Amino acid sequence: MGTENYGSAQAAGLWGWINARFPLDKMLKEHVTEYYAPKNFNFWYLFGVLSLVVLVIQLVTGIFLTMNYKPSAAEAFASVEYIMRDVEWGWLIRYLHSTGASAFFIVVYLHMFRALMYGSYRSPRELLWIFGMLIYLCLMAEAFMGYLLPWGNMSYWGAQVIVSLFGTIPVIGDSLAEWIKGDYFISDITLNRFFALHVIAIPLILVFLVVAHILALHEVGSSNPDGVEIKKIKGPDGHPVDGVRFHPYMTVKDTFGLGMFLLMFCGIVFFAPTFGGLFLEGPNFEQANPMQTPPHIAPVWYFTPFYAMLRAVPSFLGTQVWGVIVMFGAIALLVFLPWLDRSPVNSIRYKGPISKLALALFAVSFAVLAYCGMKPPSPTLLLLSRTFTAVYFAFFLLMPWYSRVDKTKPVPERVTYHAH
Amino acid sequence: MPIKKLASALVAVTLLALPLAVLASEGAFEPAGNDVRNIASLQRGARNFMNYCSGCHSAKFVRYNRVAADLNIPEPEMKKNLMFTSDKPFETIRSALAADDGKKWFGNAPPDLSLMARARGSDYIYAFLRSFYRDPSRPTGANNTVLPGTAMPHVLADLQGVQTIVYKATEGSAGKGEFERFELADKGTLTPAQYDEFVRDTVNFLQYIGEPIEAKRKDLGIWVTLFLLMFTAFAYLLYKEYWKDVH
Amino acid sequence: MSEEVDQGRRRLLTAATSLTGAVGVVFVATPFLASWKPSARAKALGAPIEIDVSKLEPGSMLKVEWRGKPVWVLRRTPEMLKQLEKATPFLLDPASDGSVQPAYAKNDARALKPEYLVVLGVCTHLGCAPMPKFEAADVTVSADWPGGFYCPCHGSKFDLSGRVFKGVPAPANLAVPPYTFVTDGRILVGSDSTQSA
Repeated sequence: MGTENYGSAQAAGLWGWINARFPLDKMLKEHVTEYYAPKNFNFWYLFGVLSLVVLVIQLVTGIFLTMNYKPSAAEAFASVEYIMRDVEWGWLIRYLHSTGASAFFIVVYLHMFRALMYGSYRSPRELLWIFGMLIYLCLMAEAFMGYLLPWGNMSYWGAQVIVSLFGTIPVIGDSLAEWIKGDYFISDITLNRFFALHVIAIPLILVFLVVAHILALHEVGSSNPDGVEIKKIKGPDGHPVDGVRFHPYMTVKDTFGLGMFLLMFCGIVFFAPTFGGLFLEGPNFEQANPMQTPPHIAPVWYFTPFYAMLRAVPSFLGTQVWGVIVMFGAIALLVFLPWLDRSPVNSIRYKGPISKLALALFAVSFAVLAYCGMKPPSPTLLLLSRTFTAVYFAFFLLMPWYSRVDKTKPVPERVTYHAH
Repeated sequence: MPIKKLASALVAVTLLALPLAVLASEGAFEPAGNDVRNIASLQRGARNFMNYCSGCHSAKFVRYNRVAADLNIPEPEMKKNLMFTSDKPFETIRSALAADDGKKWFGNAPPDLSLMARARGSDYIYAFLRSFYRDPSRPTGANNTVLPGTAMPHVLADLQGVQTIVYKATEGSAGKGEFERFELADKGTLTPAQYDEFVRDTVNFLQYIGEPIEAKRKDLGIWVTLFLLMFTAFAYLLYKEYWKDVH
Repeated sequence: MSEEVDQGRRRLLTAATSLTGAVGVVFVATPFLASWKPSARAKALGAPIEIDVSKLEPGSMLKVEWRGKPVWVLRRTPEMLKQLEKATPFLLDPASDGSVQPAYAKNDARALKPEYLVVLGVCTHLGCAPMPKFEAADVTVSADWPGGFYCPCHGSKFDLSGRVFKGVPAPANLAVPPYTFVTDGRILVGSDSTQSA
């Protein structure tokens, strides 16, 4: 019989039956059991898998939140309190989601910083990097729209400020801002469309991009802290000698990492869900009030570096669009990293002192800008913001120069690894 | 090597210092020193709230029966002593005052208090309720240093008495100087220490209604942490066991 | 380096980690599943309701909604109560053995006080709302109709105590909700005791 030809070569039973019809076994081998990852992965390589974990947390908790949330200006705020008080365990689901939002940015920022350190964006991983950047953009859109949904006063005015950014674009700005809001102010209509985008449209794109990101990764293979290609040296079995099978070696390592992450994550969820007002802000426990701005508006911490840049740029030629350009430029520059980096080596381990200092200054500038963006404006902070905006941009714009002239150390043939 | 160490140290110090700087800059008020696990304090706070606050302020997200259950108040007692409106126990706390009237009488509708402690902080409310002072220029005859120009009258004046402000002696300037301290002009029925205790209980209740699950959340958190420690320990041993293969 | 792999230890640790993980998944699933239970608001809305029956005329019926279902209060006349005995031989479950009611309503009148019938107006067949047909020999039902309730969906018939007749699709008598008399003229539906109101 025809089916025998398919079935007999494989294992019998349900497993065989499925694999004769669907490449389950093949996919598992390709992506899990026989995907070879460099054995010298350090803890920085954990944040990719943790991003995936947080994505799942956000999807599951998000689905359960929509079961009780009401996307209307009249009911949204009360429905969140309904979830917090009246729905059994609703408080936990909501805190998981709100903490998850911040956790998402923490792990993604660390994941991105890892790529900066070890040159993970470099050839042949440019497309992998671009998929990652698109994920980051989606994540920002997702966070921004999700932040409006509780309909607190900070939600309202935060959205007001960000949408106003689009209004600064010359000529089309005002009608663009109106089009985004669907009204003359942030209203029920805006809330409703942000809800649709937050719970359906962007998550769909996000999941698609994550799949593309992983497929691209498995096509080119993972980078590693030494920045050497493990595929170059293969053993007699045809597998990289410096690679280990993803399962069980990476899965057990990641499970341990997951445990560590969950300890911290649950620590925040159960002991400090507002995280001192950084993850859930005080003014957001007051309902949106179009008549009264909170005394001090700041975006949530993960947007504040860019917000600080926005405020650092003065308006001239009668428009404020420059700050907006700088802010979006700061994000856009990241996309071009693979072509800005001209160093002969991938990893920071073998780069010279200028590159090391530049990367450190970049990290510091990101953190200082984050701080500046949280605080009310002051002359000192303005000076700090301007200085570190310049440092941030210099890191990228001067990279083609300093990455080429910097000294480098010889890169070993094989990865450096010391057995446990 | 030194540049690498220097660079890493720079990054590490910045990353650690910033959140601390942000957190440290919070809390400009004296700590209220309340404790949501102190059920007796919460019960007194509930009584204070119902007697002195709920006439004008609602707590529209808070159900009477939840309060009764969490604070170990038997429902009949709750009904008899703490429910003055004709509400049912499973309903939420509405004020006896209609919002329109509030706006008419005070110029501002008294805000709902369900989330006040979460929005402003317990310390803020503790400071606010202790910072009323005599100000004949205000329609209510009272003003507040924490929220200057507040529309709220000093409802607790009978208990606290009436304070006046003592200003710092200023060098020859005609205007009012800097705030130095309060002075109790007229005594109330409570001593200052008793009044602070009264306010602390009330603030405690406001913090409780802001997040009724707070105490249970933390209790559960301990079990979750212990469980995760166990899981992580197993996972660590498993990881070390498998990685013996990798040389 | 030449140490042997300890397969036993490996299996034990795998089992321990997987088992702990599985328990963790169950722990995590619980709050999500429990969040589907009626919320505090649903419970508040479904709380017992008080019905004023003091102005209800003998022989007439009052309908109120409780937990999304119609609750009927029929104030029966002495004639109506007499009808109940006549209907008994034709009933499927005259003693209400296979029907839903509190113990105090497990009698011919299916009521605390025979004068007042309190039942859920939901046909025990497929959930339609039966119609009151109190007049005996109502030709819209049948010539020998003793008076009761008639379900238009599939023709189930109930007597004036909500007890189902033989030979109709409905398998049981109309359900009686828990209720109590707060005063003579006020019925509390949804609770047996005045305490927990």
